[in-house]
Amino acid sequence: MPRLKDEPLSTPVVTPSARPMSENPTGDWRSVAPRIDAEKCTGCLLCWKFCPEACVDVAGEVPRIDLHYCKGCGVCATECPAHCVHMSEEAAS
Amino acid sequence: MKPSISVDELMTSGHQACQGCGATLTMRYALKGLGPETVVVLPACCWTIIAGAAPRCSIGVPLLHAPFAAAAAAASGVKAGLSARGDGRTTVMAWAGDGGTYDIGIQALSGAADRDEDIIYCCYDNEAYMNTGIQRSGGTPSGAWTMTTPGKEGSERPKKDLDAIMEAHRIPYIATATPAYPEDMVRKFAKAKTIKGFRFIHVLSPCPPGWKYDTADTVKLSRLAVQTGMFALYEIAEGRFKLNLNPAKRKPVGEYLKPQGRFRGLKPDAEAAIQAEVDARWALLSQRHARGT
Repeated sequence: MPRLKDEPLSTPVVTPSARPMSENPTGDWRSVAPRIDAEKCTGCLLCWKFCPEACVDVAGEVPRIDLHYCKGCGVCATECPAHCVHMSEEAAS
Repeated sequence: MKPSISVDELMTSGHQACQGCGATLTMRYALKGLGPETVVVLPACCWTIIAGAAPRCSIGVPLLHAPFAAAAAAASGVKAGLSARGDGRTTVMAWAGDGGTYDIGIQALSGAADRDEDIIYCCYDNEAYMNTGIQRSGGTPSGAWTMTTPGKEGSERPKKDLDAIMEAHRIPYIATATPAYPEDMVRKFAKAKTIKGFRFIHVLSPCPPGWKYDTADTVKLSRLAVQTGMFALYEIAEGRFKLNLNPAKRKPVGEYLKPQGRFRGLKPDAEAAIQAEVDARWALLSQRHARGT
């Protein structure tokens, strides 16, 4: 298919939105919060891999769950093979 | 431990999906496989909401919202536009739910597959119109309750065999995936990216409010769907059929059905019928796997 003549190749064709939804903290949707028991954690990364919010940081030795975004679904607690993620009720705010 | 899938995240936190949504995991893995040089085309579906309202967006790639019936047609147009402007590299992916694929979008889907458009079409299948409040779609399995299936016994009609419909179009690549197997899913999207022509990926995507189960069990149910044989992981590349996971002994389908409130009205004989159907389907799939076609 021929290229349109009036458009130089350098023109950005499509660009992603410059404003991500990470501006939208979803942590207040949560009624139960996960806590990782660092002593029992084996570093298998499954909590990171299966997080529907993509809010688990694995830069350190023990994964860190970003509670600004965590909605408290509990998938990490179900999937953790070492059973080191515990869900606990949050105080009403 | 070394991560088994890319740590690059194109899907951002802060998206608008329900707790434990399977469709967000699906998008997360799909974009890990495809990378940033991708355009996503959405018809009306859950992801229309999950993506967030403009100007914000929860995926780090360009996104075009299309009318409900038009995902495959709009994606074909985006691809043609990119080609016209000299961009042959960017992957265009139509991303639709089961309603926008099995029912409302099937004409545009069939047309694009027939023309062998150079796009990926992914159906994330949560087995009903979940975004609008759980109405039955062609992807709803028999026995599953929805808001539009009268009585307690759920859908009378079986799930439409969409994969067979797509296979009949003789397209270069068809694959199935589900979030409990991230490595498999990322690999399939990465592989689809390298293939030219129409590629179709069918993802079973568990939905806590629609299937009526605890939000923590999304990945568990996705895994049980495969372990019980309710959902088969396979791919068909250039006509060659391959089961990606062929369990030596399948778990009884009840283990998948029981945790889901949508199957609460199932009678024991209906469960036995589902088991018989799964067994018959696996006999065929195993034959195809052995034959390689």
